[in-house]
Amino acid sequence: MSFEVLNPGMLSLLQDSGRHGYQHLGVTTGGPMDEHAFAWANHLLGNAPNAAQLEITYGMLSLRAEASTCIALTGADLDARLNGKAIKPWRTYRVCSGDHIEFSAPICGLRAYLAVVGGFSPTTKLGSCATVLREGLGGVNGTGAKLAKGNRLPFKPRRIDIDNRVPDWAIPDYNQPLAVGVILGYQHQSFPRTELMTLFSGCYEVSQNIDRMGYRLSGKPIHSNLDGIVSEGIAYGAIQIPADGQPIVLMKDRQTIGGYPKVGCLSALDAGQLAQRGPGSSVCFFPMDVAVAEAQRMIFNHRFSH
Amino acid sequence: MKIELINENTCILYLGEAINEQVAERVKWATDRIRNELTDVLVDVVPSYTSVLICYDLGRIDRFGIKARLRQALSGITSRDAGSALAREVEVPVYYGAEVALDLADISAHSGLSPEEVVAIHSETTYRVYAIGFSPGFAYLGNTDQRIAMPRKSTPRLRVPTGSLGIADTQTAIYPSCTPGGWQIIGRTPLKMIDWETDSLALMEVGDRVRFLPISREQFLDLGGCLHEL
Repeated sequence: MSFEVLNPGMLSLLQDSGRHGYQHLGVTTGGPMDEHAFAWANHLLGNAPNAAQLEITYGMLSLRAEASTCIALTGADLDARLNGKAIKPWRTYRVCSGDHIEFSAPICGLRAYLAVVGGFSPTTKLGSCATVLREGLGGVNGTGAKLAKGNRLPFKPRRIDIDNRVPDWAIPDYNQPLAVGVILGYQHQSFPRTELMTLFSGCYEVSQNIDRMGYRLSGKPIHSNLDGIVSEGIAYGAIQIPADGQPIVLMKDRQTIGGYPKVGCLSALDAGQLAQRGPGSSVCFFPMDVAVAEAQRMIFNHRFSH
Repeated sequence: MKIELINENTCILYLGEAINEQVAERVKWATDRIRNELTDVLVDVVPSYTSVLICYDLGRIDRFGIKARLRQALSGITSRDAGSALAREVEVPVYYGAEVALDLADISAHSGLSPEEVVAIHSETTYRVYAIGFSPGFAYLGNTDQRIAMPRKSTPRLRVPTGSLGIADTQTAIYPSCTPGGWQIIGRTPLKMIDWETDSLALMEVGDRVRFLPISREQFLDLGGCLHEL
């Protein structure tokens, strides 16, 4: 049984936790842009942490259920409706055969996650169904394509009634100005102190140039003493500073190696919050010790291990 | 050797500063050691010219543990003389004919050598895979002989045919898939650089040694080469 895609929307992608273990061949990880929302969606349904979900960017997606099941909706509020009735994210819903689920446009945040009990049963490529358009890997047919009209998203029907919701304290407000921690690293020593103070004192704006590869920000430029570097591996959340001094945060579909100087890196959880911001949103940076990022992630992971 | 933490589950190992054989040898050695000794905690290992990025499973090890395990696994690195016993040799057949060597005439003009001389110089060198990136299976090989080195095209091609062999300064590489690109194209291989349906996945890995074997048009076609793909 499956969901039938009536309208694929702007960018709706099948994602699991990513394609790991192939970056040495130049294959990027893909995976959910917002790991927090992704983890909660699977957790609400009692799914495996890696179970495949839909990442719905911006909205306009329309699905019809061909069997009864339960779904979880987390992440952005894209003005979703179940048979015409508004449904809010961060909780589960019972869906019956013939039901229509529709997303229109963002009210808060940019990317919604839709999980189904047991996860979608996808085709995997290199051990993952994570959709990476540029590489032609993952997705419904394994060819890296985004959802298209007429696609079927298969799942195992379950006669199960789940009524679960994410506690209030774990629900972020994506409309709030964002402050993200920078773990200084890579070439940070090539940035004069005054440049780092610039990075940490002002605010940056999310530009129009944002996608699953990177988030280009605009604000006071910062410069390192280096023009380029010997190409090296790029971590998720790394902050690249090209010659124009405008930071680019590298996201899930980033290239695996690159030769621009980098000032440091965001934690995956902070990068996920950035991924919910659209053009014009405000972002500021503060220095973060790697120990804090590690502790936050361990606490986060611990919650989902029970 | 320097180990730096990058984020909550990633660190990077720097093994030198300059791009050269000796550092590449160390990168290859360290990558093999890490893969063998740290299997239980690894998520991804990304070797490049002078560094190795290591992504680890925070559920199994923390930042202190990974540093300790890396130091232990790599303790012999300074005393070890850079031998090349571990490097795989990969031979790649290449058709250097004008119909696929889209920029051979330009390279010839740029270098002041005849096309035959350019091809001879290019195929006499043994290369080293320094890094893989840009797109899946795109291997950066060094070093191209200075005599035939040429900068990238000022306007990149929108579509470089699959299997094209290009030169950019003193680097050379094969396009594993049809992508935009600005390298000067000198020939084409009939081999697949990547094939996700086979166990080997990719023809080359970082650290491999590579030689190009000039083949005729007929051999190129026999090996499954495609002349008209764009």
